[in-house]
Amino acid sequence: MTTTRRDFLKVTAVVGGGLTLGVSLPGAVSDAQAAGTLYTPNAWVHIADDNTITLISARSEMGQGVYTSMPMLIAEELNVDIRKVKVEIAPVGEVYTNTLLGGQLTGGSTSVREGWEKLRVAGAQVRTMLVNAAADKWQVSADKLRVADGKVIGPGGRKATYGELADAASKLPVPKDVVLKEPKDFKIVGKATKRLDTPPKVNGTAVYGIDVKLPGMVYASLEQCPVIGGKVTGFDAAKAKAMPGVIDVVQIRDGVAVVADSYWHAKKAREALTVTWDEGPVAKIDNASMMEGIRNAKDAPTPIKKTGDADAAMKTAAKTMQAEYWSPLLAHATMEPQNFTADYKNGKCLVVGPAQFQQGTQGNVAAALGIKPEDVTVKTTFLGGGFGRRLEYDFAVQAAEISKAVGKPVKLLWSREDDTTHDFYRPMALHRMTGGLDASGKPVALTFQLTSQSVTQRAFGLPKGTLDPFMSEASVVGYDIPNMTQELIEHDSGLRVGYWRSVSHALNAFANESFIDEMAAAAGKDPYQYRLSLLDKQPRYANVLKIAATRAGWGKPLPAGHSRGIALMEGYDTYMAQVAEISVKDNEITVHKIWVVADLGRMVNPDTVEAQLESSIAFGLSSTLGAEITLDKGRVQQSNFHDYPVIRMSQMPRIDVTLVKSTEKPGGIGEPATALVGPAVANALFAATGKRVRKIPLSPDNIKSA
Amino acid sequence: MTTSFNLNGKQVTVKAEPDTPLLWVIRDEIGLTGTKFGCGMALCGACTVQLDGAPIRSCQTPVSAAAGKKVATVESLSKDNSHPLQKAWIAHDVPQCGYCQSGQLMSAAALLRTNKNPSDADIENAMSGNICRCGTYNRIRAAIKSAAAEMRKA
Repeated sequence: MTTTRRDFLKVTAVVGGGLTLGVSLPGAVSDAQAAGTLYTPNAWVHIADDNTITLISARSEMGQGVYTSMPMLIAEELNVDIRKVKVEIAPVGEVYTNTLLGGQLTGGSTSVREGWEKLRVAGAQVRTMLVNAAADKWQVSADKLRVADGKVIGPGGRKATYGELADAASKLPVPKDVVLKEPKDFKIVGKATKRLDTPPKVNGTAVYGIDVKLPGMVYASLEQCPVIGGKVTGFDAAKAKAMPGVIDVVQIRDGVAVVADSYWHAKKAREALTVTWDEGPVAKIDNASMMEGIRNAKDAPTPIKKTGDADAAMKTAAKTMQAEYWSPLLAHATMEPQNFTADYKNGKCLVVGPAQFQQGTQGNVAAALGIKPEDVTVKTTFLGGGFGRRLEYDFAVQAAEISKAVGKPVKLLWSREDDTTHDFYRPMALHRMTGGLDASGKPVALTFQLTSQSVTQRAFGLPKGTLDPFMSEASVVGYDIPNMTQELIEHDSGLRVGYWRSVSHALNAFANESFIDEMAAAAGKDPYQYRLSLLDKQPRYANVLKIAATRAGWGKPLPAGHSRGIALMEGYDTYMAQVAEISVKDNEITVHKIWVVADLGRMVNPDTVEAQLESSIAFGLSSTLGAEITLDKGRVQQSNFHDYPVIRMSQMPRIDVTLVKSTEKPGGIGEPATALVGPAVANALFAATGKRVRKIPLSPDNIKSA
Repeated sequence: MTTSFNLNGKQVTVKAEPDTPLLWVIRDEIGLTGTKFGCGMALCGACTVQLDGAPIRSCQTPVSAAAGKKVATVESLSKDNSHPLQKAWIAHDVPQCGYCQSGQLMSAAALLRTNKNPSDADIENAMSGNICRCGTYNRIRAAIKSAAAEMRKA
């Protein structure tokens, strides 16, 4: 029995707070209340009597374009010009729950999938209310009225703007049943639309968490234990307190905070602190012991899926093979280091910053302060990257605790070193794969066993032994292999782990798509043709694979020293193939070009879809080529971009995007390409060198020792 | 002890200690927050501003180094997004999370000051100090070329 994501998050997420409409954000994020008298027909639309229309996005904007795509869905049915609306990020409220995940959070490439119908219904409800208000006003039947560009138009050329009708409309009941447009009639959805957040992001006015300023605000820098989870046993703040600008030094649960009149003063004084720690159990682990623990894990396997009888088929196979694949710990490395601003006053707390999980932020800040969730107001700014790191709320809780301790509004800002060494890391993973081929080379059996750590057990209290659906993603291949077993060993390595863009897709696709390539090689077959021969019953898989091979000129001559690799996956309801063209010199890979083909069903903003594919590939390439977190005596050994290198412009391949025209329901697009670029490059590396590198990253060291 | 310099065409005098990084003076004391903090070690370029027209990492530049000089931040390009680079960034919808883009724009502006027709290699050279974790590099390259073309026409 599989627990659905929806179910377990519903029962375990910290939920609190009622609907508090009209909370607006500082700075460039629109301020609906400034636009005259405001009417709110439903939770998604504010209309002011001066005809300013504000649409709510309940998802956090962290680069993926929801600040535009969510309002596009509402605007489609409301019949307003998307260029003329304002956008506001939602406050915490039940109505803004992500029903695919069971909490108010942004992640899992769910925003469009979850909002696809809901937000169009929301727009259609308000449109219907406005039409009904006009019908009442003009004493005509509603079916004689139509809407266009923010106006209701009646017989005889009568017109009323939404602003003129908003007061009356907002007093009407919200209709339960509304008629939605046929997709062929869409004027906004599915059309490449310029992002609404680009203008403030090119002139310095976009407000990120780091830019928040509250009246009387002070700045904090927090010394945390170099070993994650360690506790303060004592500290000497005498020197720090004597430094310029220092206001106070306070101990909170996670460490010792220096509070000063500027970030720089706080950071400088923090360097003068002496803190002693109880380092805790993590101090006993390092990379080698983690790998050994994973290799020897005795935890009972949890079945994912069983098809036919893989064990029996393996015994009668003409040829059997096995392989092990390793994926390392990874940090998120958002460009904006973790931060939050908090103002605790009289049992209430305002927290403002970059959050992916508003309810978690609210509930956990409340718990830490000993107040009720409804007494915590969460405002979400733009996020300088998320990638799963900002599903956590450690930094928000810390800011709130510091504010309470000093009795002032506080902005807590982590350094890059704090950020790299105190992440919730993507877990280390081992895949054990076995395969059986018949005499013709066709695969007749496949077993897949992943050993890794469950993020969901920590983050959402998923009971041990329950299948973590965020570990089994893309574990079951689409290939027609009659006997297959997929299983999971959930092994806790002791280090805290987190969701990292594409989560287990990246782990599982690396193993599956490398291993199918190995099977093709063992069968003496072309890796593209081999895959295609196993997809007769899978038209969407086969289609993207064929297009990718055609676009990339698969089988055609390449420049000297260049090679190609191919990979295929379904993730987030999106079918995707990638071809990588690379060259290798002195065990160093140069990725020249990636062809990516995605069938994600219907799209909201195709230009954002392309941008997300480019972005996901860049993100996946950083971890494919070099970035890796290692642990020694419980200490993360990397600290900044010099030893956790992410790709730069000179390493960015050219990207050829093909989007399949489709009327299928929307799939997610923020993550899958991150997962697939690794195996595409690994397979190209094999084609180039004959070396099968089964350990990410495909760094010169790992290539050399393979 | 104060330091005076020209910021975006306006004379400013600040109180911060002379060894304070220019970044924090601009952000916290002056209150212009377009310039971002990314790494504190001149590795990522998020804090790029121009000092007398040359791109510098303000997180590693003491404010004393700016004394008597001209400092330009992203806010100097234009408020109304009329600068050719801002127009090109909008036309190509370059930013995703957008956090690094102030630094990207200031590196690009410095490049175009001395090179009106940059090649791919010129662009990659000039922009190699600026990390974009969202991977908008290909769009940045294209936008710089569009802006250069517009500036050549002007």
